[in-house]
Amino acid sequence: MKLPTFLREFGIPRLLIAVFLAVLFAVAVATHMDLRGLISDSIVRVGRNGILVLALLPAIQGGIGLNFGLPLGIICGLVGAVISLNAGVQGIAGIGMATGIGIALAIPAGAGYGWLLNRTRGQEMMVGTYLGFAIVSMMSVFWLLAPFTNPTLVWAIGGRGLRTTLSLGGIYDKVLDRWLEFTVAGVRVPGGTLVVFLGLCFLVWLFFRTRMGITIAAARSSTRFARAAGISDERTRVQATILSTVLSAIGIVVFSQSYGFVQLYTAPLLMAFPAIACILIGGASVTRATIGHVLVGTFLFQSILTVALPVTSQVIQGDISETARLIIQNGMILYALTRTART
Amino acid sequence: MAKITPPFLLSEMFVRMGRNSVMVLSLLIPILAGLGLNFGIVIGAMAGQIGAILIVKWGVTGIAGFALAWVIATPIAILLGIATGSLFNRAKGREMVTGLIAGFFANGLYQLLFLFAVGSIIPFHSPSMVLPQGYGLRNTVDLGTIQYAIDDLVRVRFQLQGIEIRVPVVTYAIVGAFCFLTLFFFRTRLGQQFRAMGQDDHVATIAGIPVERNRIIATVLSTVLAAWGQLLFLQNIGTLNTYSSHEQVGMFAIAALLVSGATVTRATVGQALLGALLFHTLFVVSPLAGKALAGDAQIGEYFRVFVAYAVITVALVLHAWQSARAAREARRDAV
Repeated sequence: MKLPTFLREFGIPRLLIAVFLAVLFAVAVATHMDLRGLISDSIVRVGRNGILVLALLPAIQGGIGLNFGLPLGIICGLVGAVISLNAGVQGIAGIGMATGIGIALAIPAGAGYGWLLNRTRGQEMMVGTYLGFAIVSMMSVFWLLAPFTNPTLVWAIGGRGLRTTLSLGGIYDKVLDRWLEFTVAGVRVPGGTLVVFLGLCFLVWLFFRTRMGITIAAARSSTRFARAAGISDERTRVQATILSTVLSAIGIVVFSQSYGFVQLYTAPLLMAFPAIACILIGGASVTRATIGHVLVGTFLFQSILTVALPVTSQVIQGDISETARLIIQNGMILYALTRTART
Repeated sequence: MAKITPPFLLSEMFVRMGRNSVMVLSLLIPILAGLGLNFGIVIGAMAGQIGAILIVKWGVTGIAGFALAWVIATPIAILLGIATGSLFNRAKGREMVTGLIAGFFANGLYQLLFLFAVGSIIPFHSPSMVLPQGYGLRNTVDLGTIQYAIDDLVRVRFQLQGIEIRVPVVTYAIVGAFCFLTLFFFRTRLGQQFRAMGQDDHVATIAGIPVERNRIIATVLSTVLAAWGQLLFLQNIGTLNTYSSHEQVGMFAIAALLVSGATVTRATVGQALLGALLFHTLFVVSPLAGKALAGDAQIGEYFRVFVAYAVITVALVLHAWQSARAAREARRDAV
């Protein structure tokens, strides 16, 4: 079957997803739903999840592939958030403290993870997945035993062990979302979170134009030439992993403030998969990704997730959006895995 | 301290070995063929569950119901195995992560089938199984009608220090038969071809072995065995958690196999059985140990999940580490 070139470049799955989203919006319009609310919710979720998707970019550009080990950085961010909550720091200072501690933990964690990935070449994705799973379950034991004492965080009965979800209400719940919030034609836009997300996108874009960034990308795309030029790709891969881990630590703090809750225990276990689906839907492959892919993919996938539930619930009872998410998300990852293996 | 008496542990282990061993055995053939750990056995488990759901719907009970469930599950597992195997052929070198994601993907389709299609598109009238809204299966399906169909086909019980210990003789015979069949398979012509593929894919191709076809056959065998294993498991448990019974199957079977010292490239029948024994001992002991040591059973619960993941992680790291080193040395030799 011959397809026009632009269609082949765009990719059939991506086209299907765009069409699916268009159909969802068409149904929403036809049934007189609150379209402004839907768009607004979509934008909120783009800001909420965007940085976690962005965190995948350095790993792909650095030659590691899809970073299924994202929960590692997420855990660092969560530790930062819990420490800041325990200390009772409020508002933007609390977010700053959580992010700061998160980054401080993510740098050594990322370095160790990068070192491990250098020794397990060819199986980075599998090692990343299970390292993430192992760390999340190990931290579940930690959350239960950790010496946090703030009564708003620990279980009321027994007085020890952190609760599964910590409410941020009145601490730094939606602080970034409300900062610079504005309304266009009835659509509420969480300006602050978007500014942070786009700002980080810009910084990453800028980073891949610095000497270090160019070296990282060069070591991935042409390892031999890079070696001849005196670039150690072992080093650049570690740098890329650290950057990815740090971004995911920042990402989860921004996610939590927008969501209004810090989720502990098994919540981070599967967080890498939707983020990976986002960047792939945006057009990235296992070996190449751009900021454009991050933005487009996050918007497409998060919009589907937001719109699918209210729209489909008008037609059928029950939550089909979760099922649709599983199929789209994992179908997209499978497509990416099978497509690049043959090159 | 922890209330684990030897008879309690013994009775638990008798039951657990019977219901989990076949699932662990289903991993061996893909390892032999060089596909690595087949995380796609989750898909086989789903095929088994489809069989279980249908026999409950049709009201076939006892050993006949169980046999019918196997018969129904087999062609479904073969088809799904062919699909998974073809997918593995398109993702060479990434079979494990592909199998893992394929399991998640199949779970989505499974939910679509049983949560939405059943009762609405597919006629399925069984008020006791379908949700009140008229479509979608309930969260649990009662398998009481086939519970212990195999385990108690020949009833053997004995008392030990006041605890009744049931020995599922027929289940053990089936497990033994599968062990024997697997060993026998290793010695057949096809088994030898698999071994050659596992050692060197490239050389096997040159030697005229139809590698791609054989990889699909290996996946099909594994998927079918997983479907049967899941049914054996379910007839012991007696209830099917429609949407979650299959989810952890792959992780637990794989962790069990690896605990015994099996690797991503080499595993024996003995290791499968020993691994199942060790892993399930840990399973029984850790919540109680957690309760005794830290005063909280939940800690033991998290701890055993951690052990399962950690065992798989370590095995994967060691495997990747060794193959990366081998590749480096091969490069050096070539220069």
